[in-house]
Amino acid sequence: MKSQIAYLVLNRMAAALVTLLVVSFTIFFATAMLPGDVAEVLLGQAATPEAVAGLRTAMHLDEPAILRFLRWIGGLATGDLGTSYANAIPVAKLIGGRLANTLKLAAVTAVVSVPVALGLGILAAVLRGTLFDRVVTALTIGVISVPEFMIATSAVLLFSVYLKWLPALSFANEVQSLGQLLRVFVMPVLTLSFVISAQMIRMTRAAVVEALDKPYAEMALLKGASRTRVVLRHALPNALGPIVNAVALSLSYLLGGVIIVETIFNYPGIAKLMVDAVSTRDLPLIQTCAMIFCLGYLLLITIADIVAIVSNPRLR
Amino acid sequence: MAATLRSRLRLGYALNPVGVVGFCIVAFWAVMALAAPLIAPHPVGEIVDFDYFGPMTREFWLGTDYLGRDMLSRILMGARYTVGISLAAVALACFTGVTLGMTAAVTGGWFDTVLSRFLDALNSIPSKLFGLVVVAGIGSSIPVLIATLAVIYTPGAYRFARALAVNVNTMDFVTVARVRGEGTGHIIGSEILPNIIGPVLADLGLRFVFVVLLLSGLSFLGLGVQPPDADWGAMVRENIGGLPFGAPAVVVPSLAIASLTISVNMLIDNLPRRIRDRSA
Repeated sequence: MKSQIAYLVLNRMAAALVTLLVVSFTIFFATAMLPGDVAEVLLGQAATPEAVAGLRTAMHLDEPAILRFLRWIGGLATGDLGTSYANAIPVAKLIGGRLANTLKLAAVTAVVSVPVALGLGILAAVLRGTLFDRVVTALTIGVISVPEFMIATSAVLLFSVYLKWLPALSFANEVQSLGQLLRVFVMPVLTLSFVISAQMIRMTRAAVVEALDKPYAEMALLKGASRTRVVLRHALPNALGPIVNAVALSLSYLLGGVIIVETIFNYPGIAKLMVDAVSTRDLPLIQTCAMIFCLGYLLLITIADIVAIVSNPRLR
Repeated sequence: MAATLRSRLRLGYALNPVGVVGFCIVAFWAVMALAAPLIAPHPVGEIVDFDYFGPMTREFWLGTDYLGRDMLSRILMGARYTVGISLAAVALACFTGVTLGMTAAVTGGWFDTVLSRFLDALNSIPSKLFGLVVVAGIGSSIPVLIATLAVIYTPGAYRFARALAVNVNTMDFVTVARVRGEGTGHIIGSEILPNIIGPVLADLGLRFVFVVLLLSGLSFLGLGVQPPDADWGAMVRENIGGLPFGAPAVVVPSLAIASLTISVNMLIDNLPRRIRDRSA
């Protein structure tokens, strides 16, 4: 039976690789559809026919799209991310520090929200039908059906306008002390935590509720085990797979949230870099950022799938 | 005939109070979007107040924005963009997705496999990122927005419809139709669609919420509806400067989006089981 798991996992990883290829293809062609000539746009006022022709050759723009795609993907695979159109700095250099900032934000958010969300989700499942459960469920549905920027603006209104506890904007590069670090991180982390916790609470609750509905949970209750014991010893170990799956899936919501949050709080991360690149139409930068995001997303959902496969006792 | 009539009557009666509230709010915004030019108290683009980020007053019910324009009129006109674009996109996405999904389920074979794999791959691009990339490539205009949003939400509709259609496809009456020599078009339209239309419409409602959220998000980033037009997301963006004063110009558009999305959710969640369930 072990080989069956290995087969499924390998199959899933191969599917992820194929997906990555399709995704990179889509990203490349979505950005290559730019109307107007890139060389002309870049040169602006200095676009004499000779200069345009020279730049076109230098940028390989006169080659067929499929060749350019292969060249681009080959460059990505060997670590050559190209050069930014806007300021002629290698993309890798632009992205380096920014990526670290975003990962820091994501890590802090995950550390804060995962335990809280799991706790709330399990508690809501155990207290199913009570006022607490209904309040949590209503709140999570509310958070899910509201745009991320509304959560961010509400947080700013509450904590900096009415309560005056925190500054409205944050800059991660001006951090000297721990206090300052906290002030910079609190608002973005708070917003992002809300966004991903809502999903995580819902999925955790569903997983635990399902486990508690199984006959073995009822059996344990009937033989006289306490409610706590039923939940911790009987239900939770069986719900663990779905819960880890839920955590990985929820973390993938970080990607959508981080784009809005970095913009609104002026956080110097990779998402802000990408949004800025869109307004200057800096294609190499956009393509690389998009690939990084897709890679992260794909990684998380593949992990979620693999966990679901491995934790399925029927395959063991 | 009698059976369909009865089920249609039940549909009207079985909505519980929460569902009714949801339905009323959705209907309210639909009417506002349609009647906006008739009821807007001031022209949308006109600067009517000398003060900017004005508070709520008797003349300007929802305050004024960063240029001193009347927020109530702008919200009413913004409803047209938010509701209109989202509706067009979701209709297009569901039409394409459901048609392809049913065709894949009926045809099977390599068509089904290739299409499913391709759409799954498309689905694994985060939606906001996809929007960003397309806008970066082609620029933003209303037709581009509708098409992009439709492409982003087609895979989801496809998956949903295919899963439903695969079940119906195994039923005897479909086999009978096939033996009778009916073409794929007939099987899809007359045998399968009537049996999955309820859940498909409920799914369309939920997808509409996602589209509204994504459109607002893109507009908030300045990549959606372009000035001088503004949907609700773009209004939050242009008035974000009023946030430190707690101006109604920032708060009201967000509340409008929230009221729309939450009420659609309330409506769909409380639809009679008969319509919503997969087995219906």
